[in-house]
Amino acid sequence: MIHSETFAEIATLKERNLIALKEAREAGRHAVGTYCLFSPTELILAAGAIPVSLCGTSQKPIPAAEKVLPRNLCPLIKSSYGFAVTDTCPYFHFADFLLAETTCDGKKKMYELLGELKPIHVMQLPQIQDEAALDYWLMEIGRLKTRLEREFGVRITDKALTEAIRLMNEERRSLQALQDVCKAIPSPISGLDLLTVLHNRGFSVDRRAAIELVDRFAAELRQMAAAGISPFTESTPRILLTGVPVGVGSEKLIRIIEESGASVVCLESCGAYKKVEQVREGGDPLRAIAERYLKVPCSCMSPNTGRLELVERLTREFRVDGVVDLTWLGCHTYAVESSVLKKHLQQRTGLPFLQIETDYSESDTGQLKVRVEAFLEIVHRSMKRTA
Amino acid sequence: MVSVGIDIGSTATKAVVFDGMVRGRAVVPTGWEPREAGLRAFREALSSAGLREESVSRVVGTGYGRVSLPFSDQRVTEISCHARGAWYLNPDTRAVIDIGGQDSKVILVSDDGSVSDFIMNDKCAAGTGRFLQVMAGILDLTLDELGSLAASSEPVPLTSMCTVFAESEIIGLLAQGTPKGAIAAGIIDAIARRMEGLVGRLEAHEGITFTGGLATNGSISGVIARRLGLSLHVPEDPQIVGALGAALIGCNA
Ligand code: SF4
Ligand code: SF4
Repeated sequence: MIHSETFAEIATLKERNLIALKEAREAGRHAVGTYCLFSPTELILAAGAIPVSLCGTSQKPIPAAEKVLPRNLCPLIKSSYGFAVTDTCPYFHFADFLLAETTCDGKKKMYELLGELKPIHVMQLPQIQDEAALDYWLMEIGRLKTRLEREFGVRITDKALTEAIRLMNEERRSLQALQDVCKAIPSPISGLDLLTVLHNRGFSVDRRAAIELVDRFAAELRQMAAAGISPFTESTPRILLTGVPVGVGSEKLIRIIEESGASVVCLESCGAYKKVEQVREGGDPLRAIAERYLKVPCSCMSPNTGRLELVERLTREFRVDGVVDLTWLGCHTYAVESSVLKKHLQQRTGLPFLQIETDYSESDTGQLKVRVEAFLEIVHRSMKRTA
Repeated sequence: MVSVGIDIGSTATKAVVFDGMVRGRAVVPTGWEPREAGLRAFREALSSAGLREESVSRVVGTGYGRVSLPFSDQRVTEISCHARGAWYLNPDTRAVIDIGGQDSKVILVSDDGSVSDFIMNDKCAAGTGRFLQVMAGILDLTLDELGSLAASSEPVPLTSMCTVFAESEIIGLLAQGTPKGAIAAGIIDAIARRMEGLVGRLEAHEGITFTGGLATNGSISGVIARRLGLSLHVPEDPQIVGALGAALIGCNA
């Protein structure tokens, strides 16, 4: 693990923020729990409420979830539901209501079950990213605005929305700057530590403080990179990880990749690079929000060419040597899309590509190691060829 | 230069001594002690080559037990080793099908004997040597008997690929009086279908070498090749291809 006080501060944010959240709730502030990148955080902020990420990246509550949910469902969904039914996600506990979107089938049906535990607002998400879909999505965002206003007895003004956009853009900028540090060769931080930062800062109640913290940490990392401090060397293979969302508790694959001698320098996933795209400032704020969120290159979109373009661009920007595509068992959209992505990247970049299908359990660690090591043997050879 | 490759698989441990040609070999059961099995295979292979430990300049470990081998100079995955070994034995090899005890894989081989892509079966035992062994056990047949029965029968379709479900399906078929030969053919068919899926995903169709313990069984490999509709090249000693590959990588041959 990286030696840095700032890192230690971020790594313990999740626990410390819980107290802040509890106090805020007792002081009469509202909290809205979210699961997915499609949730427009700006509206929650503009309503004066606190947006909180909900837990769903640990194996622990999965057995409890399987009492109700089918066993062959995506672990992310089972974990999210498990945390909720066992009341072990404190953020879920403190949320006034949940905000969700109709993304993949498993999630959307799971939200119906969650509705029995807590009030939930489900936005009907279109599956295509064209003009007609945008109009529809804008209407859905309008519906969310009305719901928030009614629930919390407030009016969401354009001014508040504009401010929220500005704040969230700041956050996105700081997140991008943090991740861009890994463009240095070698990267000053391991993928595992980067994930810890990205994951934990998501639980902060005071967004401005979290932005400052991330900025401070990114500045430290830049200094380390300039001084050549890194857990890796210049010849360590650089890997881009794409696919399903990962977080602390579901980082098994990142650990195996780095234990096998590579460096995960870019995470093209929901909590990481998928998140950094800005909302346009100026003009109608609701429309600008709708535009940005509809553009999320998630595999539940059809077609989802945005992801192909994003991954391809990132392989160049981060100068990676190989791409690993992670799909959770039972996640059909990402699993099917994997062959499309592989073909696209092979034509455009020629980079070695590996798909891994797994869940949160540790039962296949041995097998995964063989695959990852064999993949890195291919990567090493292709690096030698291009050197 | 003398190089030794040791392939510690889940069922068998193989060792090959190479110094420009194969000098010695050994196959021993892995048992519960992969480390011991590795040592034993190493010594047996050396004595079959008439060499002493001092003359060995490099030891390369592969297979699932490669981490438990204390005296290896290098570790390489079985994927690279199978490719290298198969390519050495037959330079036309462009793909390797390997059906092992725990997993089966298809490996694409470049024209320099290195791996360009590979695919492995997922978590379950379907389509592996283990699947075949369990099924043969239910029919009370050795693998050889299973193979020759299958070769002369029309397969009864098995719907289940999962070892547990296939087991009860076979017991059901036996109870209905289905001939053993038809069931045996059905079992091999099931494996071939699984492999067909993997082979198709990587678009492998020429220069295919069949390696691994299962390939030593002539009748079974024959049936698999026929069902796949591909001509498979089976090396003389398919079980040691991984160990040979390891030895070759060790001396950079
Ligand atoms: S992968 Fe798609 S559905 Fe899942 S969290 Fe990300 S945006 Fe939402
Ligand atoms: S990983 Fe796939 S199946 Fe799981 S929630 Fe996300 S889109 Fe749905």
